[in-house]
Amino acid sequence: MIWAYLVLLVVLIVVGYAFGRMRAVTVSRTETLHSRPSYYGAFVAIWILTPMVLVYAVGVPFANHVTETQALTVYDPALLDKELERGAALREIEAVSAGEFIGDPSPRLIAAVETYETYRAWGSNLVFLAGLALGLIGLAMTLRFVSAGFRARNHVERFIKRVLLACACVAVLTTIGIVFSVLFETIRFFNHVSPMDFLFGLHWSPQTAIRADQVGSSGAFGIVPLVVGTLLITFIAMVIAGPIGLFAAIYMAEYATPRFRSIAKPILEILAGIPTVVLGFFAALTVAPSLREAGFTLGLDVASESALAAGVVMGMMIIPFVSSLSDDVINAVPQSMRDGSLAMGATKSETVKKVILPAALPGIVSAFMLAISAAVGETMIVVMAAGLAANLTINPLEAVTTFTVQIKTILVGDQEFDSAKTLSAFALGFVLFFFTLMLNVIALEIVKRYREQYD
Amino acid sequence: MTAAVQLAQNDPQPVAEANGRSKVIARDVNVYYGDKHALRNVDLDIPENAVTALIGPSGCGKTTFLRCINRMNDTIPTARVTGRLEIDGRDVHDPEIDVVQLRARVGMVFQKPNPFPKSIFENVAYGPRIHGLARNKSDMEEIVIGSLRRAGLYEEVKDRLGESGTALSGGQQQRLCIARAIAVSPDVILMDEPCSALDPIATAKIEELMDELRTNFTIVIVTHSMQQAARVSQRTAFFHLGILVEQGVTGEIFTAPKDQRTQDYITGRFG
Ligand SMILES: Nc1ncnc2c1ncn2[C@@H]1O[C@H](COP(=O)(O)OP(=O)(O)OP(=O)(O)O)[C@@H](O)[C@H]1O
Ligand SMILES: [Mg+2]
Repeated sequence: MIWAYLVLLVVLIVVGYAFGRMRAVTVSRTETLHSRPSYYGAFVAIWILTPMVLVYAVGVPFANHVTETQALTVYDPALLDKELERGAALREIEAVSAGEFIGDPSPRLIAAVETYETYRAWGSNLVFLAGLALGLIGLAMTLRFVSAGFRARNHVERFIKRVLLACACVAVLTTIGIVFSVLFETIRFFNHVSPMDFLFGLHWSPQTAIRADQVGSSGAFGIVPLVVGTLLITFIAMVIAGPIGLFAAIYMAEYATPRFRSIAKPILEILAGIPTVVLGFFAALTVAPSLREAGFTLGLDVASESALAAGVVMGMMIIPFVSSLSDDVINAVPQSMRDGSLAMGATKSETVKKVILPAALPGIVSAFMLAISAAVGETMIVVMAAGLAANLTINPLEAVTTFTVQIKTILVGDQEFDSAKTLSAFALGFVLFFFTLMLNVIALEIVKRYREQYD
Repeated sequence: MTAAVQLAQNDPQPVAEANGRSKVIARDVNVYYGDKHALRNVDLDIPENAVTALIGPSGCGKTTFLRCINRMNDTIPTARVTGRLEIDGRDVHDPEIDVVQLRARVGMVFQKPNPFPKSIFENVAYGPRIHGLARNKSDMEEIVIGSLRRAGLYEEVKDRLGESGTALSGGQQQRLCIARAIAVSPDVILMDEPCSALDPIATAKIEELMDELRTNFTIVIVTHSMQQAARVSQRTAFFHLGILVEQGVTGEIFTAPKDQRTQDYITGRFG
């Protein structure tokens, strides 16, 4: 169905375009056209494309709905408003229809399948015909518009603008949708746990009763240990990635020969492409044990899962974030700035420190912000290297846990969907989202404030 | 200038006026940008305590020559310079030469104003700061204000020294860059079209400055204005297509050029 429809669409568009253009060329022999002939072709094509896409977008879901309702009415009308059973029944019907049903279908099922197939065939035929009809109508109607005075170019421009607008809207609406779905679950969570306990509680152990008769084991949902754990690991990561990334970027942009640069830059970007699970492995199996050993020789007691191990490896992960973006912004500082400074008798490092870094500061700040966002949102490395224990500590040698790790832990495995424990994952997600949002807002603000510093 | 012209009449190959010493001597200087041969076999003497004007049509290599003197061509990866270029008798390409020190002594004002994205004050204080020329705050203020005043900019900006140098107008930026260059009192000052964006009054001010600076320093100026070259310079060099066509006492170049191309250029027949 979809393929036939696509072919029809393409054929009609090509034909419409050709007709519109030909018509315009003919007109142009005797009169002066407002727009170039191809705009008339495009105008016709648009009026074939739009109705046909709309027919499909509305017609197919509608036809499916009717088909399913009819088939279920035959099968067992009682199922119609039971979500789960309805889905199961439909899967059975589809399986029979596709010849993949195992066992003997009951007579009622066979009858339902027949209804299903009939309606389905009718539905797709109707959609196909409606699309064809509307496409042809569009073609016929718009061809009549092709005349010297008709401003096809303006119509096409407006159409392009609308398509772009639609895409922008989809992007924005998706974001809003995600935020709201998380927000709703968060509000539900706050029916179980007070926001005060959540935001300021010092204890995190999200165990709640699994069965209704199991009383007494309601969990503690204070996120302070998670906040501290997240910030601790992020801080360690930034202490590593900030200087290394920035200095690497300065070397690449200001000192390295083009040859070195062309080799080193891709390698650094490969680092960004290593899946974080692999880095987590590295953290758990290589870094954590060696830290433990190193701690032992120094007489320190390092937990086998520690914030330090996770932070160090996460720092490695985000070095490319810092270095790649900083490198770009440093390169964007005009050569005339360097020349001006060097000509004053400044050394290279003086030039970097006093002219280039201040000029590139907004970009560098946003590179750092992006790196922090990535660190805060990172899960796998922490899961594998920092453990799950929600210790409230700022000692980097102990195990800690973070937002993302807890979300993952809560949602893995079978869960009752209404329990405070499960819902707390959404609340955590919301706080996390809010945090990264704030980082982005700050970064944007900094960039905006300093953007026009040089030109 | 009249003295220069008289000198020229007495001596067909005058070395220079004033103390007669050459500050910068170029011998057989060639510059290549990749495969492009931008300057060919340039021999040029730049006298101390005088203003030397470089003139010639656009793209003839004036900026390129200027950038050889303080080795700014080092920053262009494709550029290659050959030949001898001496300042005070020492080749600037000598490995012993500290290029940072060289540039501290040879100031430059670029063709396109390039103020730093810092305050007006900090722009001018930049050189004195990195070279430690001011002992304290009031010293620094003296240097900055004095430089701005000599560049003819102080009156316009005295109430907003803390504002960004890049927020100034094109002509103001040009004068800011001049102030920045003279703030470290370099021996040699290279000025690449320093008045291209200035009105006649500001131009007169800069020309006055050059006249004043020349008593202690050596000045090389690139200009497209024949009148300016005639007004401020004691010697003039004419470049054409990467070749140094003619050099000599300014009065002589403008009244009796030896080369037909020079003649054509100064009478406005091309370029
Ligand atoms: N960075 C560079 N890379 C390649 N070629 C260059 C570069 N800089 C200058 N050139 C070339 O060298 C020649 C001389 O350029 P230069 O800038 O010295 O001219 P100019 O005399 O200063 O001209 P103008 O009066 O327009 O400033 C020109 O042909 C130019 O195209
Ligand atoms: Mg130039």
